Amino acid sequence: MSSRQEILEKIQQLRLDQTELPTIPEFKNPINTEEEFKASIEANKGEVISQEKLMSWISESGFQKILNFSQLINLNTTYARIDDAHELDQLQVAIIDGQFGVGENGAIWITNEQVPFRAIPFITEHLVIVLPKNEIVPTMHQAYIKTSSQSYSFGLFIAGPSKTADIEQSLVIGAHGAKSLRVVLV
Amino acid sequence: MSHSKASTDFLRNTEHAKWHDETLWMIREKRDLASQKVPEWENLRTLASSIKEHVLSNLDQLLLEFEANATKNGIQVHWAKDAQEHNQIVLDILKKQSCAQVVKSKSILTEECHLNPFLEKNGIEVIDTDLGERIVQFLHQPPSHIVLPAIHLKKRDISELFHQKLQTEKGNEDPYYLTQAARTHLREKFLKAKVAITGVNFGIAETGEFVVCTNEGNADMGVHLADVHIACMGIEKLIPRRNDLGVFLRLLARSATGQAITNYTSHFRGPEKGKQIHLILVDNGRTEQLGREKFRNSLKCIRCGACMNTCPIYRRSGGFSYQSTVPGPIGSILSPGLDLKKYSSLPFASTLCGSCTDVCPVKINIHEQLYEWRQEITKANPNHAEILSMKLASGIFKSPLAYRISGILMRKLIKNLPDSLIYNPWNVWGKGRKLPETPQESFRNWYLNHRNNEQ
Amino acid sequence: MEQSQPNVGLFIPCYVDQFYPQVGKATLEILEKLNCKVSYPLDQTCCGQPLANSGYERETKESCQQFLNSFLKFDYIVAPTGSCVHHIKERYSKILNAPELQPSLNSKIFELTEFLHDILKVELQGTFRHKIGYHASCHALRGLRLSKSSEVNTAPFDKVKSLFEKVEGLEWSQLQRSDECCGFGGTFSVKEEAISLSMGKDRLADHHEAGTEILTATDMSCLMHLKGLADKKQSTLPIMHLAEIINQIIS
Repeated sequence: MSSRQEILEKIQQLRLDQTELPTIPEFKNPINTEEEFKASIEANKGEVISQEKLMSWISESGFQKILNFSQLINLNTTYARIDDAHELDQLQVAIIDGQFGVGENGAIWITNEQVPFRAIPFITEHLVIVLPKNEIVPTMHQAYIKTSSQSYSFGLFIAGPSKTADIEQSLVIGAHGAKSLRVVLV
Repeated sequence: MSHSKASTDFLRNTEHAKWHDETLWMIREKRDLASQKVPEWENLRTLASSIKEHVLSNLDQLLLEFEANATKNGIQVHWAKDAQEHNQIVLDILKKQSCAQVVKSKSILTEECHLNPFLEKNGIEVIDTDLGERIVQFLHQPPSHIVLPAIHLKKRDISELFHQKLQTEKGNEDPYYLTQAARTHLREKFLKAKVAITGVNFGIAETGEFVVCTNEGNADMGVHLADVHIACMGIEKLIPRRNDLGVFLRLLARSATGQAITNYTSHFRGPEKGKQIHLILVDNGRTEQLGREKFRNSLKCIRCGACMNTCPIYRRSGGFSYQSTVPGPIGSILSPGLDLKKYSSLPFASTLCGSCTDVCPVKINIHEQLYEWRQEITKANPNHAEILSMKLASGIFKSPLAYRISGILMRKLIKNLPDSLIYNPWNVWGKGRKLPETPQESFRNWYLNHRNNEQ
Repeated sequence: MEQSQPNVGLFIPCYVDQFYPQVGKATLEILEKLNCKVSYPLDQTCCGQPLANSGYERETKESCQQFLNSFLKFDYIVAPTGSCVHHIKERYSKILNAPELQPSLNSKIFELTEFLHDILKVELQGTFRHKIGYHASCHALRGLRLSKSSEVNTAPFDKVKSLFEKVEGLEWSQLQRSDECCGFGGTFSVKEEAISLSMGKDRLADHHEAGTEILTATDMSCLMHLKGLADKKQSTLPIMHLAEIINQIIS
């Protein structure tokens, strides 16, 4: 007997009475989602900035290796297009679009539609997400309703930069992934 | 070693024990604040518990649904009845890829299966990529907490360790500096890895996708750079619908660390072009636990660790005192199901205060199960001396007369003996605590003299 | 009034009977002052919890039956303990495999302050000029739900403290950890001695910092443990069971 069959039979032999699956209410909270969203991003150690501020940050920083995948802002980037994510190891800034944000926790939904390689939001040193400001939902419940008919192969909620507190509970930003997250609301 | 002996050792370093207690309590307080911001928190707990109840009552059907959908999406699904089979499946995939070095993000299941020593014995180097796990791996230790693997260590220990292993400056204890050293060290490993292993937080039957949550981004760094992703998942990690994620993700990080959500929540539905995803469904004792009615709902656990942070015993004894993969209150109800004899002292490492039950985001009645395991353990591991004294006590309590006589004797005995000679268990009591002063008469005697004759 | 006088069976836990008769007396006097007809059944023994919590629940069937024989005849069963009451209320019908018992247990058995709050609906009037440190005993708190535990996010309530709302001069200590366990835990106190002592010391320190003048609780077992620790350190910490405080207020 295969292990698959063995496991399934062991469960079936218990003949457990099936309990009901509850319906999930919408839990619509009366909150100002944009303000809540900004506060959540900041709590996650990200930043919400204006488009102008983004442009001045980029020009002042002198970054050479920038990739812009955003359809929402215009910025010509000169970093060569790549055919393997490993070549992005030196990438300094990636700019990508977010589909929508979640007010209660600052999570921003992205799928494989937004990036040619799944590694991009992680391997880049700094991450910028451009998000339409009218695309913010209050809680995770609405987020899953909103994406229920999507057919992505990879979906991701990003809520902040890479972080860790594994050394004596001291918060350090920039563990393995992006060392910063800037969100531009447009 | 029994839990009580291990905890006595832990408490000898009073300064460190105090730090451990206070640090975990701080996380419990963060959890309180985060949960208080969600007005429907208690509703979410009830919902999460009922959803998992449904999963456990319908596990075979949901597993089949999950398998069918995942396969349709291009995920290769494997089934492992125990740890050994799980480890062998992983090894076979690695061999097929001619892979000698693998990166792995946090997975309690692979700890439970002792995957690392197995792979190492077979000539494969495993690199744990979660910072805390990499630290304990360098020390050849298991994690001491399921969410905070290195919570038992201080930064000077880590500084010294990184000086030896990563050539950091001696004496530099700055957490940022140390984390950057680990980032550089692990970045190189990520770029080289052909295969990456992760755990699974949730598998969704309806869509065949699975979700992995991290703050460091290490799971994603591993799998998106590798050609092959191996995801190891306990069969109880299933949820029926994608919408259920809304409930569980609102509870998980808030319960674990007091964050509203982990910074990365990745949904894997199919492999990236030209790559592979293997998903291993693991039983390893879960179907046995499912068959134990009193202990079944321990399988609802979503591994948030909140019961550890709140537990006054865990905080004062450390994860290693439990000597099981999952320590703390939840570990003490899961582990006896795997080896009743080995873990027989764990259900007694509790005052049954019930804080674990009240903090649990999926409402597992942890402290009641600790009580129930005690009943099973005394049946399965007869400790004759204890049975005798318990029987004696039971004989006393069921006979009012014998009880009264023994009460009088007890009072006399305690009154007339020096503290050092007072019999067990009072002599253990007496080492750190004074005994109550013995009154002239019991309440019963007083009542007989003052009230009873009035009636 | 006379006709509705509740007929109360007084249950005094074994260790209270032997070591703290004054708590039994105070409980009896409170109930009498509040116009209850109180009887103390002389054939009562122990509720069996020490055995059951040690894993020998199966050895307690006869003591459970003995308890029920002594007490089921009363309108109410009242005891100055949350722990024993919780054990009886939550476990007896399962131990005796008699689910039909549960409704009468639910409607009859009460911890003292719970009885004053839920049944007699007492609002204490009087004076008690002290800063009281209230130790929330776990089985009263999370077992009988006498107040909201700190883990749960429901509307706050506290049956015990609400009894004292009108008492003049009484102040409650504000603790850092409002409801952490004292570490007694029955046989835990000797099986896991080191942790038990550490937990108790931490509770004492919290009360010390909060300026507790008198330490109180629903359960004498927690107080016995904490007092034992304080005495060993030669620090003076007056303890009073809630029954003693209440009895003093209404005298």
